[in-house]
Amino acid sequence: MIMTEIKTKPVIAPRWRVSGRNKERLLQQAFLLPATLYILLIFGYPVVQNVIMALQQYTTATFFTGHAPWIGLANYQAVLQSRDFGRAAMNTLTFTAFSIAGQLIFGMLIALYFRRRFPLNNLLRGLLLLPWLIPLIVSSAVWRWMLDKDSGVVNQILGALTFSDVRIGWLTDTTVALLAVICVNIWLGIPFNVALLYSGLQDIPQELYEAAALDGATGAKAFKHITWPLLRPVVTVVLVLGVVYTLKALDIILGLTGGGPANATQTLSTESYRLSFQQFDFGQGAAVGNILIVISLVFALLYLRANRKGSKA
Amino acid sequence: MLQRPAGSTNDTKIYDSVLATCEKTTGITIKTQDIPSSGYLAKVLQQASSKTLPDVLMLDNGEVPQIAESGALAPLKPLGVTTNGFAEGVVQASTYGGELYGVQPVANTIALFVNTELLAAAGLKAPTTWDELKRTASILTKGDTYGVAFSAAASEEGTFQFLPFFWSNGGDETNIPTSEGAAALQLWKDLVIAHAASESVLTWTQADVNDQFIAGKAAMMINGPWQFPSLDKAGVKYEAVALPAPQLGAEIVSPLGGETWTVPVTGNKEKMASAAQVVQCLGSDASQLELGSGRNLIPTNENLAGQYAQENPKMKGFVDQIPGLRARTAQLGPDYAKASQTIYTAIQDVLTGGAEPLEALRRAETK
Repeated sequence: MIMTEIKTKPVIAPRWRVSGRNKERLLQQAFLLPATLYILLIFGYPVVQNVIMALQQYTTATFFTGHAPWIGLANYQAVLQSRDFGRAAMNTLTFTAFSIAGQLIFGMLIALYFRRRFPLNNLLRGLLLLPWLIPLIVSSAVWRWMLDKDSGVVNQILGALTFSDVRIGWLTDTTVALLAVICVNIWLGIPFNVALLYSGLQDIPQELYEAAALDGATGAKAFKHITWPLLRPVVTVVLVLGVVYTLKALDIILGLTGGGPANATQTLSTESYRLSFQQFDFGQGAAVGNILIVISLVFALLYLRANRKGSKA
Repeated sequence: MLQRPAGSTNDTKIYDSVLATCEKTTGITIKTQDIPSSGYLAKVLQQASSKTLPDVLMLDNGEVPQIAESGALAPLKPLGVTTNGFAEGVVQASTYGGELYGVQPVANTIALFVNTELLAAAGLKAPTTWDELKRTASILTKGDTYGVAFSAAASEEGTFQFLPFFWSNGGDETNIPTSEGAAALQLWKDLVIAHAASESVLTWTQADVNDQFIAGKAAMMINGPWQFPSLDKAGVKYEAVALPAPQLGAEIVSPLGGETWTVPVTGNKEKMASAAQVVQCLGSDASQLELGSGRNLIPTNENLAGQYAQENPKMKGFVDQIPGLRARTAQLGPDYAKASQTIYTAIQDVLTGGAEPLEALRRAETK
């Protein structure tokens, strides 16, 4: 902040020094050039293309002929009016909200647990990262087996615990499929949450707890008055990044249910995939993609704001 | 340059041998390029836009109208390619707007696989009608074993498996919500409601269905001849018979699967003429027989198919269906993808109890 203020002040200096300053400024900008070019090329170009594509009738033929007629907002209109959209939007909301809440709660509990000193702490914490390291295609295939209605291990365990024959169609029953997908996604997101929250916890000085303990604040009280307030910047970052990652989650849903049964787990990202790569209506697919980008952008701005606040503190 | 999706080692080996023969007979050197099969179509589209399509291109027969519509493929008749003696449905699949765009040497479709041991133990014969299928499947359902398994997934695979029931009963993809189509859906629903088929059919791919059958968790399954090697390896006692018909003696109309060879418009006339020769050679009797017997597929030349069935008795259930094989894209061309989605959406709706068959078909179509 301070830096920019100095820069904006008019510089009164002899002529020969101004040109020297200009040179320096040019040089500074030259250093920025590679990064700017990179961002424009790798992020800017596709986003602009996507925005344009959503305004065109973009089909397989377009790839060969290069010809895509302009149709204005017709793609958005078609997408917003389809029965699938409302459902996909609702599913996206549910999926994101519950995934994030679950990941944060379990991530926090586990991070707090690992603050204690006990044997094998480091090893266990390392193992906890495993879900992150397994390719998503693999873990979703394994979960698909485990959640199988007839021979899945999840139903077998539930059956053994309740001494009955449990046959829940985790991935085939429209009423529980979304829940099952959310649970798998929570499992998937825990390592990320634990890693960030744990390192955040490490930054809180131990003396604070010692002082608080003298005043009689331990356990839940210490968490409420010390851990939570000091961890808030980290939590904000975890939440915002989590939301962006979850909004765009595609592979895990495709791997588990493919959006089914009967669209019960269709989200905006799977809907965009379906429109583009199964229906080959790239225009409509791009329209859904853009809607998703705008939603993510809101959270990205929140993240930037939270970050700025964090660096100010 | 010839481009194909990477297949199994066996597929590649046999194709390489066929291509080597074609190199000899045509005197043309063929270089092959294998592209990972997932994302194959995306790659082809990319090549179309950057004008880097190969001289000979393999496509799934269902994809021909999509690509032909864009103008990326050359009509084959002017290049001197003929398909005399080919089954009508096969030629139709590679035809778009009255022009032939592809040559399909071998075809596949689906049939009913029965576990002969389980059937014999129950004193049953393979079902030939829908009613028999329901009855047989119910009787065979015991303990961990379901009577029948099929794929009702929310994808083209689900539609592909449903089409023989839909079509054989008079269903039509240009007018989906009819009582004939609904009756076919009712059959699948009855099987699931009676627990003669697992509810998990909603998520199973055809490969998953095969796993269930191998594990003895399904006494019968709907699947294709490409599963023979894995079934033989697992040592299951099985037989593949024609799919059950709505009534005794009714004709069974099955969807035609398999790949077709096309010549993209590359601009190089000389190379395109050579490419056409290679495509013609791939469709020759010798190639058809080698590809068919090596990969358990059906030669698309009808005369050849009969002789082939006698030599490969286990293919009989498939070869018998050849005259009734229908191209999925015959009526709708590039719009088939939409119809396919309507059908699998309705299947999912019905099997999850979301709607009655006719209502589900209507709802899926009007969205």
